[in-house]
Order: sequence, then C-alpha cells, then structure tokens
Amino acid sequence: MSRQTFYILTVTFYSSNQGNLFELSDLKRIIVCLKQAVDVTQLKVDVATRQLITTGAPKKISDFDKNALEEAIRIREKLADVEVVTLTMSSEDPKTVLREALAMGADKAYVVNNAEVENTDTSGTAYVLAEAARKIGQFDLILCGETSLDSFSGLVGSRIAELLKLPQITSVRKLSIEGDNVTAERALEDESETVKTKMPALLTVTREINQPRIPSLMMIMKASKKEIVTWTLADLQIQREKLAPKIEVIEALAPKMERKKVKITGETVQEVAEKLAKALIQEGVVGR
Amino acid sequence: MSLLNENKGIWVYSESRDLALEMLGKGRELADQMKTQLNAIIIGHDVQGEASELMKYGADKVYVADDPLMARFQSDVYLSVLYNLAINHKPNIILVGSTKNGKPLAARLATRLETGCVPDCNRLSVDENGRLVGERITYGGNAIARVAFITKPQIATVPARAFEKPEPQSRQGQLVKLEVKTETPKTELVEAKPLQTSSARIEEAEAIVSCGRGLARKEDKALLDELASIVHGQVSCSRPLAEDRKWFTEWVGLSGHKVKPKLYIACGLSGVIQHVAGIRDSKVIVAINKDPEAPIFEIADYGVVGDLYEIVPALKDALEKMMR
Repeated sequence: MSRQTFYILTVTFYSSNQGNLFELSDLKRIIVCLKQAVDVTQLKVDVATRQLITTGAPKKISDFDKNALEEAIRIREKLADVEVVTLTMSSEDPKTVLREALAMGADKAYVVNNAEVENTDTSGTAYVLAEAARKIGQFDLILCGETSLDSFSGLVGSRIAELLKLPQITSVRKLSIEGDNVTAERALEDESETVKTKMPALLTVTREINQPRIPSLMMIMKASKKEIVTWTLADLQIQREKLAPKIEVIEALAPKMERKKVKITGETVQEVAEKLAKALIQEGVVGR
Repeated sequence: MSLLNENKGIWVYSESRDLALEMLGKGRELADQMKTQLNAIIIGHDVQGEASELMKYGADKVYVADDPLMARFQSDVYLSVLYNLAINHKPNIILVGSTKNGKPLAARLATRLETGCVPDCNRLSVDENGRLVGERITYGGNAIARVAFITKPQIATVPARAFEKPEPQSRQGQLVKLEVKTETPKTELVEAKPLQTSSARIEEAEAIVSCGRGLARKEDKALLDELASIVHGQVSCSRPLAEDRKWFTEWVGLSGHKVKPKLYIACGLSGVIQHVAGIRDSKVIVAINKDPEAPIFEIADYGVVGDLYEIVPALKDALEKMMR
C-alpha cells in the first residue's frame, strides 16, 4: 500500500471518529510550523533615512524552521506511518515557498491567511497557529524552529506550547522517539541536558540538529500534486480582540556603524603588518 | 492582561546569577527614575542565603522560592512560581534573563499573563508615558528596533552582558519567603552533562582572532592561535566554520555569541550582516580579506586587502617584535 493511499484512509478515520480510532492506528502526525521570513541577506537599506526596504524583499522558509521540517521528515523515514504537515500563517500567498517544503517531503501544507489583520505580534501569531493545530486535529509533535530568521524573537514556539498546554522542550539538537515518548538533547549555555516527555509535545530545534535536504527534480515534480489547504481566520473562529498586538514597534532603523575604515597598504607584507601592528599598539588594544 | 495603571514595580529574574545582577543594575536605574520598587526573585534549593547579595546589587525586596523540587531549572515548575507571584502582586515590568531556559520561560509567562514580551533587549528605557521601551537587533542585524509595550506586565528579556554589573552597595532589603505550590513537571530530566566548550568564555575575551571561510583547512587554525596568544586573545569563527564545516563548536554572530572585545581581528571573513551583529560593540575591528569588496571592510577600523595566510603570520611577527 502506498503512503498516499494510507493517508487518505486515515483522514477518513479522523472525520468519522476522532480520538479512539486514532489510537488503534499507529499513525503519528507531526505539525511543523513554517514561517515565511524575509530573506535578511537580500534586504536593502535606504541610506538617507536608514529605513529598511521590506516591500518586495524576497521571502523564504525561515532557516530554523527548515531544520524542523527536515527533522520531521527524518522521523518519518525512521518510523512507519508518520504524516508530516506544515503550518504557516501568512498575509500573502506563500505557495511558492510552501512548494519547497512539500518538495522536501512534507505530505500536506496548511496556510492560515491573516491578510485582513495588520500587525500581528508573537502573541497573536501563536494564538492563530495554536487554533490551527487544534483544527488539524490529532497530532503527536509540533516542531518549530528555535527562532526566526527575520525577527529573531524565538517566542512563538513556547507561546503555542503554553496555549495548547503541551509539554515543551526548547533548543533541541538531537531527538529520538520511542513509543509515546520523545527524548531530546538540549544545548544550554554551560551544559547539555537530555529531557524526556510524553507526546503530544512541542519541540523547538536548533540549526545544529541536521542539514536540511535539497529537493531533487523528481521531488519538486511530485510536490505539485500535494495539497495546500488554506484557511481564513473565520475558519478557525479566531476572536479578533485576542489578536490585538501587545507590543508596538516604534521604529526599526539600520544601525549606525561609525568605524575608522583605514585601509592599510604597503610595498611588502611585512610593511603592511608593521603598520597595522603600530596602529593597534597606538589604539592600546594589544598587550596588557 | 491589564491596561490599567495598577501594575507597580520592576521585577528581575534569571537563573543565571551574573545576569540577574546585571539586570538589577539597569533595573535600579529604571526604578529610581519611575520612583518605584525593584524586586528580585530567586528560585532554587538552599538559596535563601543568596537574597542578601541581590539586595546589595539593588533589590528592595527579594522573593525566595526554596524547595528541593526546584534545585534544578524546570520550566513548568519555575513558571508556576513566577505566574502565581505576578498574578498576586501585579508588577509593571518583569525583566527575565535571556538564556536558553529564560527566554522560553518569559514567552510562556507572557502567554499565561496574556501580555506582550520583547526579547533580547540590549537597551531599556522608559518613555514620556512611563512605558518601557526595549531596543533589539532584528532583521538579521539589518536593523535596530525600538519596541514599546501596550499591555502590562511589560515583560522584556535581557541577554547576558547587555548591561554592566553594578558595584555592590551596603544596602539592605526585605526577604519574602514564598509558600510553594507548583504544578507537576511535564518533562523529566534524563541526564545533564557539562558542554565541551573552549576553556574560556569567548564573551570575556579581551581580544578575538576570528576566521571565516577564507580558512582553507582546519589545521590552519594554528596560525590564528599564534596571533591570539600574542594579543592575549581567543580564537573564534563565523557560523559556517562551526555549523557547516564543524571545525569549531561555537561561533560569533547573531545566532552565536555576541562579543565586545577591545580588539576583533576578522581573518578571511566576509562580514555578512548576521556576523556583524555579533561584533558590533567591539572597540577596534580589523579586517583581513583577499576580496577588496568584502563587506567586512565597511565596518572595520583597519582593513588589509590580502591573504590571511601571509598577513596573519606577518602581523604576529611584527607585534612580537614591537611589544618585546
């Protein structure tokens, strides 16, 4: 039986009878939260105003989330009967970005369109994603990147865990699943700890955990047949007052870097090195 | 969540003692400006004795949750202590140390209290309306955002070394022992072991010799080690050398260590914005790179266009000679 067929059967299970039948089948579902992030390496700055030019800036799957997706796919490769679905909130059409996720190996993508709401902060984002996870139904794991490429807040995963009252393990750099338990290794500042919990659980992963695969042409072609489900906020019965931002960005400006920018040149390497050494000694930054 | 002005006082919590003391320094300054109290929270086992230290560093009141079950950080347990305390006393501001454990703790606390959280604030101030304003690096180092709060308590996380540790004063405060009722932990610790890191913390280095992709072979680190020993510094690298090539276990940059040494020598390192975000506060930055167009030259005080394999040993020799 192909995976695809099995998956359709299982969905029928869910819609007809939630919960009980799920436990009979060993299917595990992993939800991977994917942020469509601004590609920060391609951002331009207006030199006069120090404002970032974000309109039209290229977007991509946030790097850390890609590691989360890769990990989910690896889990599916190890265990039988795992379904990997992605979950994205976006105010624009993220389909081109999600095609990449599907090409990497996700089975299905869910998108919540929040175009009707301006300025969603981490609190609102987590609320929407948590409600979407509830609507997806039974799941065993939610995987998120430890933080996001563009805003670098690193709050959304933990906020979702709190809203869904899930056990959470953050900064995971290695994980394994055995039965209903997930065991994960976390890197802290001075030590690493291995933590175990019962699924369903939410884990946030670091970039160390794996090297995300680059999809082959075959996988890219297969992905075009996979389903992308789009929901509106109304589909999730989102309460607007709960989406109200709790923080406000007053300004975001390119940092001023005032450096001397002295180019050191010379006829020979030795001459250059000596000039540089002299400058550093004069600055008082070498020696004690 | 509350929009009323009933919330009072500034609280400081971190499981890292140094970070708690650094935040107390900044917290004291803000509390004096706002004419309010500064309180600290200690969670752990056999920790009551530590309260007087926090008072010397600025705390008016120290809440202590002391229980054998709290000997080690566990987010569900620690969260319930902070949450119950916050619900009962309604602080205006809560500063949480932005460690690997502290940031998720702050995120969950903010969620449970239905309030906002601004992570990784390198600067904190209070605006004319008495709102807390945090400054943080965003867009991968392309921008510094100034973010204010709409709801209370205002929860900000603060990275290590963002603020100076204040001088201890001979001052006293009030100790409040907390009745501890915690929720059952949802995760179980299997094992904890010290991380294998370089012997010294890179954040504490006076000088750093750092390399990027221009370093061709792992063994060539020796060249950098020699220069580092002359300038009494440590060796580090940009992210690709650690994460992709695995030649180092740690790196400098937005996603790695943020450093502020007196001297930062970037060798064969292009200087992408995420790396620059981690070295911004260095006193003097030197760039050595073959590519005259490398962005690192834009943020360097001294730039040498050349091969690190020639310049680094020559610089070492020159310094050795001149400093003798």
